[in-house]
Amino acid sequence: MNSAIAQIGLGPFLTVSAALLVLGVFGIFLNRKNIIIIMMSMELILLSANLNFVAFSGAFGDLSGQVMVLFTLTIAAAEAAIGLAILTVYFRNRGSIQVEDVATMKG
Amino acid sequence: MIQLVFYVFATVLVASAAMVISARNPVHSVLFLILGFFNAAGLFLVAGAEFLAMILVIVYVGAVAVLFLFVVMMLDIDFTKMREGLQRYAPFGAAVGCVLFAELVMAGLHWVTSPAVPAPITGGLGEPGGPMTNTAALGTLIYTHYILLFQLCGLILLVAMIGAITLTLREKPTGRRQRIDRQHGRMREDTLEMLDLPLGNGTTANGGFLRPPGSYYDTAVPGSYGIPSSDSGEGEAK
Repeated sequence: MNSAIAQIGLGPFLTVSAALLVLGVFGIFLNRKNIIIIMMSMELILLSANLNFVAFSGAFGDLSGQVMVLFTLTIAAAEAAIGLAILTVYFRNRGSIQVEDVATMKG
Repeated sequence: MIQLVFYVFATVLVASAAMVISARNPVHSVLFLILGFFNAAGLFLVAGAEFLAMILVIVYVGAVAVLFLFVVMMLDIDFTKMREGLQRYAPFGAAVGCVLFAELVMAGLHWVTSPAVPAPITGGLGEPGGPMTNTAALGTLIYTHYILLFQLCGLILLVAMIGAITLTLREKPTGRRQRIDRQHGRMREDTLEMLDLPLGNGTTANGGFLRPPGSYYDTAVPGSYGIPSSDSGEGEAK
């Protein structure tokens, strides 16, 4: 076990991670109209998952968790790029990014 | 000492995450997101993941958060109108958040490691003769045990890059772009006319230049250079 994690304990790490996840979910509910803040909340949720991976990796001395964090970072970067590109195109076509307006795109 | 460092990083991280979702100005949200990523990198350092801490700063702060900042500033959006439904959804969101947090705490308090868990994949870190740093151990793992996942990540990034470019690329009607096929299809006879002029004649009428019959106006995109492509022969040599 990593010495720093041995001193702190796994619990505080998991608590911070849970708080981040809850803040991210709460942010999605709070800013239901602003899709940019929703995407930032998704980044927070992904960050909390990464924090969990890293904490368990340090606690168990297993590097697989850190490799998974690397892959999660890749996915998060790709998701942010595609999402913001879609947002830009949508704003160019409609002149707004209201989440409710997106429902007009269906059939 | 290490506890103090951890709690400073954790407090600032949670506080900045709260500011991300509650700030009035989205630019402030992005800036608080950057602050939160820096503190998460600090937490990664405390947990012993040095390479991932640096990657988090480079990828998240350097690329993703700056991309968010760019989009927020580029799109001309009235953000005050978007905060109208704030009060309506806040109690529901708080209830969902409380339930989720309670469930997470219950799950975090009552978990056990299975006795059948396989041996940890350490990448040789901490073993005699193994790599000495976190980065080297991660590298040995990525390029051996996780090579397929690693290449899949590269493929995903390629698809994301192509997708983002395809989505946002706008075909402009004007612009000094090339028509590669016409350029390559040009023959010498189409463009070059050999004239046998007396000494001092013929070159001064056109500002000292002889223009070939099919000049670059033909191969340019119509409308560029300020000249319609129909009267491209205006600069022709006599």
